[in-house]
Amino acid sequence: MWDYTNSVLDHFTNPRNVGEIEDANAIGEVGSLACGDALKLFLKIDQQTGRILDAKFKTFGCASAIASASALTEMVKGKTIDEALKISNDDIARFLGGLPEQKMHCSVMGKEALEAAVANYRGEKVAAHEEEPPVCKCFWVSEKKIREVILEHKLTTVEQVTNYTKAGGGCGGCLPDIKRILADIMHTQAPPAERPKMTNLQRIQLISQTIEKDVAPMLRADGGNIELVDIDGTLVKVRLKGACAGCAGAKATLQHLVQETLRQKVSPDLVVVEEN
Amino acid sequence: MPPRQVYLDNNATTQVAPEVLEAMLPFFKDLYGNPSSMHAFGGQVAQHVQQARERVAALLNAHPDEILFTSCGTESDNHAIKGVLEAHPEKRHLVTTKVEHPAVLNVCRYLAKHHGYRLTELPVDRRGNLDLDQVAAALTPDTALLSVMTANNETGTLFPIEKIGAIAREKGVTFHTDAVQAAGKLPLDMARLPVDLLSISGHKLHAPKGIGVLYIRRGTRIMPFMHGGHQERGRRAGTENVPYIVGLGRACELARVELFEETNRLRQLRDRLEQGLLARIPSTHINGNPDWRLPNTTNLGFEYIEGEAILLHLSAAGIAASSGSACTSGSLEPSHVLMAMEVPFTYAHGSVRFSLSKYNTDQDIDYVLATLPGIVQKLRDMSPFYPKDAPRVVETAS
Ligand SMILES: Cc1ncc(COP(=O)(O)O)c(C=O)c1O
Ligand code: FES
Repeated sequence: MWDYTNSVLDHFTNPRNVGEIEDANAIGEVGSLACGDALKLFLKIDQQTGRILDAKFKTFGCASAIASASALTEMVKGKTIDEALKISNDDIARFLGGLPEQKMHCSVMGKEALEAAVANYRGEKVAAHEEEPPVCKCFWVSEKKIREVILEHKLTTVEQVTNYTKAGGGCGGCLPDIKRILADIMHTQAPPAERPKMTNLQRIQLISQTIEKDVAPMLRADGGNIELVDIDGTLVKVRLKGACAGCAGAKATLQHLVQETLRQKVSPDLVVVEEN
Repeated sequence: MPPRQVYLDNNATTQVAPEVLEAMLPFFKDLYGNPSSMHAFGGQVAQHVQQARERVAALLNAHPDEILFTSCGTESDNHAIKGVLEAHPEKRHLVTTKVEHPAVLNVCRYLAKHHGYRLTELPVDRRGNLDLDQVAAALTPDTALLSVMTANNETGTLFPIEKIGAIAREKGVTFHTDAVQAAGKLPLDMARLPVDLLSISGHKLHAPKGIGVLYIRRGTRIMPFMHGGHQERGRRAGTENVPYIVGLGRACELARVELFEETNRLRQLRDRLEQGLLARIPSTHINGNPDWRLPNTTNLGFEYIEGEAILLHLSAAGIAASSGSACTSGSLEPSHVLMAMEVPFTYAHGSVRFSLSKYNTDQDIDYVLATLPGIVQKLRDMSPFYPKDAPRVVETAS
């Protein structure tokens, strides 16, 4: 079982704005049945002000797909198109108190449906089904899409790319290509390893800050908490209090979440362990 | 009794999922009406058949009216091949590959031998890959059908059916693919794949044996296979096998929902098994294309020893695997698939296929890694071909 936040579970069991809008003037459709999830977004946009008056959706997918779609419709209502377009998939995930990394592709789908709906409203041709031959033939994901996601989320590993796009999650035949794309991007980007060198003290401060600012709020939203116990070289010892503390699976997920966040924000060699 | 039972022969057949069995049971009891009947008794059953059709269609991203229920994968293959040839009486040529399942290959050979069709069997290379230029060159204005499997049952090797289908379409040749091994293991998107006909078999994806599907794209010219009543809109006569159809529908639904996560997990398990065996057992080779493969399959050739002996020892240890496919074993020749790949004789005979399913666990893999090396060494020590100074297997305690 996934360790979903209460907010995800709430939006899953009581999804907001399910259905179709009869007189929608913007409809965005992404995903497909074969890929395991699909989302159709209906918007009613005020022609004069460009404000989104109503949003509804129909989706087909897992709990986080349903929750992401529900969250998205709540977030866009009342916004102008331009404001709405600024919503990133990370915003959707944050709205829900976080999503397991393996489920980030669900929030990506929400973002894409929104873009497709706006394109539809503006009469742009929706990027007609990706015509270029896909890198991932199993989940039909193009190189363009993979590049976009890597850049947007500063992804560094193949597993992350799979989590965000599903590419590589089938036969695995495209994994070497994904690796090549990643290497290519890392090569052309300023090498991310070139973070300013930190003193030990700075590093400890950054870890502590990241936990306070980025990690703790996510857990607190969910009735849990985190406490930094000690830092020993690259080893970060924390104490986790979850609404579901004591559940081994949930702990493992939490720990993974903390570790990934610290690795992204501070240094990729950090290891997070649970201190009892 | 062996300490553990480990079933790693899921390309031969799979366990019926408990959810599937449960969905089927009412149709052996109260819901026994005939879907064609004009009373509510049958009508409610017809609704369940329709729901199953929709679930299969959802797995394939197809229209429900493109789904035809058959009695098994073999019937689907027969129907596709014979039905298309009959619908194109002026064309006398068909093209397939040397590594198809007998359900395709023997149908084609029968038609060539007894009905005078010209048959081209495309060769594969050492990794089991087709040459796409050869595919294109084989298709002529006289060609009625191209049949190329999606995934090979013995090695798991995938053919690029998206490219092969595009070639067929360009040449105006109807394209059939036997996706019996791929369905439920990898996504199959009929809205994108240029495929006209596609076969599925229930018992490879946790539905029971004796139920299959032939996907027929709208507009494909094909004659009925079974003549009789008007069932399946006249395309396949015979009162519907309702419980099995319902079971298959449920199995497709489960497969669709679980696909992404299961595939990922299975591939990692498979890789751990494969890497673990390669690391422990020297002179071992992967048969097939290691990059483009079903996520659940590995076919390994162990030099100097014979597959059946390995299988029997494994079986005594509670481990079920296979060498060659279930239907071709019984002959002493190495499988036609490995022969077509020109796998060297030194290990073609010593090839074993392990195929996993969602019911396999990490502990299963640990157990095989702890058990198989000893078996291989024991047989090698008895083998006249095994050089005395050759490296020995590494046995681990765990
Ligand atoms: C590739 C392939 N095609 C067809 C079949 C036959 O399916 P069935 O046993 O349902 O007739 C099998 C299974 O044995 C297979 O692996
Ligand atoms: S091609 Fe990407 S996982 Fe199969």
